[in-house]
Amino acid sequence: MPINDWFRQRESRKYTVSTGTAADGLPDGVWRKCPDCGKTLYQGEVAKALSVCPHCGYHFELIARDRIEALVDEGSFGETDAGVGSVDPLRFAAAKPYSESLEKARATTGLSEAAVTGRAAIGGQAVAVGALDFRFIGASMGSAVGEKITRVFELALAERRGVVLVIASGGARMQEGMLSLMQMAKTAAAAERLARAGLPYVAVLVDPTYGGVTASFTALADVTFAEPGAHVGFAGPRLVEQTIRRSLPKGFQTAESLVDHGMVDEVVARGDLRDRVSTVLGYLMPPVAGGDA
Amino acid sequence: MARYVMEFERPLAELEDKLAELSRLDMAALPELGAEIADLEREVEQLRETLYSALSPWEKVQVSRHPDRPKTVDYLEALFTDVVELCGDRAFGDDQAIVTALATIGEHRVMVIGHRKGRTTKENVARNFGSPHPEGFRKAERAMRTAAKFGLPVVTFLDTAGAAPGLEDEERGQAWAIAQCLATLSDLPVPVVVVGIGEGGSGGALAIGFGDRLIMLENAYYSVISPEMCAVILYKDAARAPESASALALTPDDLVRLGIADEIVPEPLGGAHRDPARVIADVGLRVESALASLAAVDPGDLTERRYERLRAIGVFSEESK
Ligand SMILES: [Zn+2]
Repeated sequence: MPINDWFRQRESRKYTVSTGTAADGLPDGVWRKCPDCGKTLYQGEVAKALSVCPHCGYHFELIARDRIEALVDEGSFGETDAGVGSVDPLRFAAAKPYSESLEKARATTGLSEAAVTGRAAIGGQAVAVGALDFRFIGASMGSAVGEKITRVFELALAERRGVVLVIASGGARMQEGMLSLMQMAKTAAAAERLARAGLPYVAVLVDPTYGGVTASFTALADVTFAEPGAHVGFAGPRLVEQTIRRSLPKGFQTAESLVDHGMVDEVVARGDLRDRVSTVLGYLMPPVAGGDA
Repeated sequence: MARYVMEFERPLAELEDKLAELSRLDMAALPELGAEIADLEREVEQLRETLYSALSPWEKVQVSRHPDRPKTVDYLEALFTDVVELCGDRAFGDDQAIVTALATIGEHRVMVIGHRKGRTTKENVARNFGSPHPEGFRKAERAMRTAAKFGLPVVTFLDTAGAAPGLEDEERGQAWAIAQCLATLSDLPVPVVVVGIGEGGSGGALAIGFGDRLIMLENAYYSVISPEMCAVILYKDAARAPESASALALTPDDLVRLGIADEIVPEPLGGAHRDPARVIADVGLRVESALASLAAVDPGDLTERRYERLRAIGVFSEESK
């Protein structure tokens, strides 16, 4: 479908921001099973708890908008660059055509791309925020995601905001070839500019974050939090296993082991995230002259 | 010594072997063979021309991996003088898969950073076949900072299948090491000239693989993912790498078209290993010329231009909302 048609169609498709709604978008009243403790949970109950299992603390996947809503001050989020979307620059047609994957992802998520970005406040502090939606082609980074993430850093730089990103991704999007790989350099360069300006960047890593997304803007945060049990790394576990020809240690690449190995500052449960990020920003944000969010 | 034959060269190699066999015969005793040999020679020449003059992306990938292809160390030895190798990341160890060195090319004193593949199996094992560990990237990043501090331009040579994907690489923060290289390189206040001489495998290549000028050898590749791994993901079959190599747009021509690479160094028919001295000399001239043209640029303009250059890469649509 031509891009313009798709955008027209998207206009008519009402997308509701619904704090706490589970990733699969099931209506309240549906039962779901916790993959960790195996207990059957009432959907409404899970939703109220930010999609965290009330029995074992398992963190269910969240869609990008809900990630942002759970992180920022209520009603403070204003989306930016919602019109940035992917095209198929290489006419990538091996196996499944990329254009079809894009179309399907748009239809399923109602998003133009995997990144949702905007202005917001956290504890009253002005931030530029972004979250990646894993449902959109594994939240992989192609030109559009790279552009949106870059703009988050540039927006923060222009308006003296901090940056807070909630990150999940399968890595660089291979369907855009080298254009995707170069987004790693582009986003890292933007993060570096923010750093030079003395503005803070807090990354929140959620399950799963891999490849070129970990190895670019993600790994450049001043303070890095991760959700309990989130898997984060460069090479995927199967590739690592093939490389070393033995089985992987328990807890490999989990948030908890990343703290042990010095890559992550703290494992933070979803319900505590807003407070923790707000506290960190309090330390790192430069004083604002008569500032408001 | 048995020579290395790439898969697509096999028909040619067979004819060449036959020809070599015939030329060893006593021609005085077999005068009637003369004409046949001449015919065969013409046939070989023709096949060589058709085979090598239009390599497919997958064939180029094979050429880029040829064991006799000139490597970073060959360029370092042939083009640079007064070389002082800098070893170690000052934190963990000295990764042999990356070489960093103070070196002089023509009238330019520079910092060389390159992936270092081995020439022998023993060297390759010690150098992990040119796939760096985190300490390799941290060594590279250390070299970048030293270059910035003393105003030395950086010249990098890309030749890696990718960053090492081992257990300890993960535990020592492979992603963090690569990301720090990207950040430092993006804002380095000295000229950065990058030469793709062989393999340009993903993030492990990118860590030292962008700057103010990207020069690609005709049969070098640069890719977001290896064609084999891409084929496994797409078709669950590594044997379909030729198809994914075509889809990934990884050749120098593709990179120029996408606004990523600036110039292409032609290789002799069959690949750089057929005439290494000529290719190395050509690269030397191009590096010197790039350094000369960047030398006059103010450091602030240099980083600004580099940012704009990166900023312009990507193709997407935008609707106002
Ligand atoms: Zn549970």
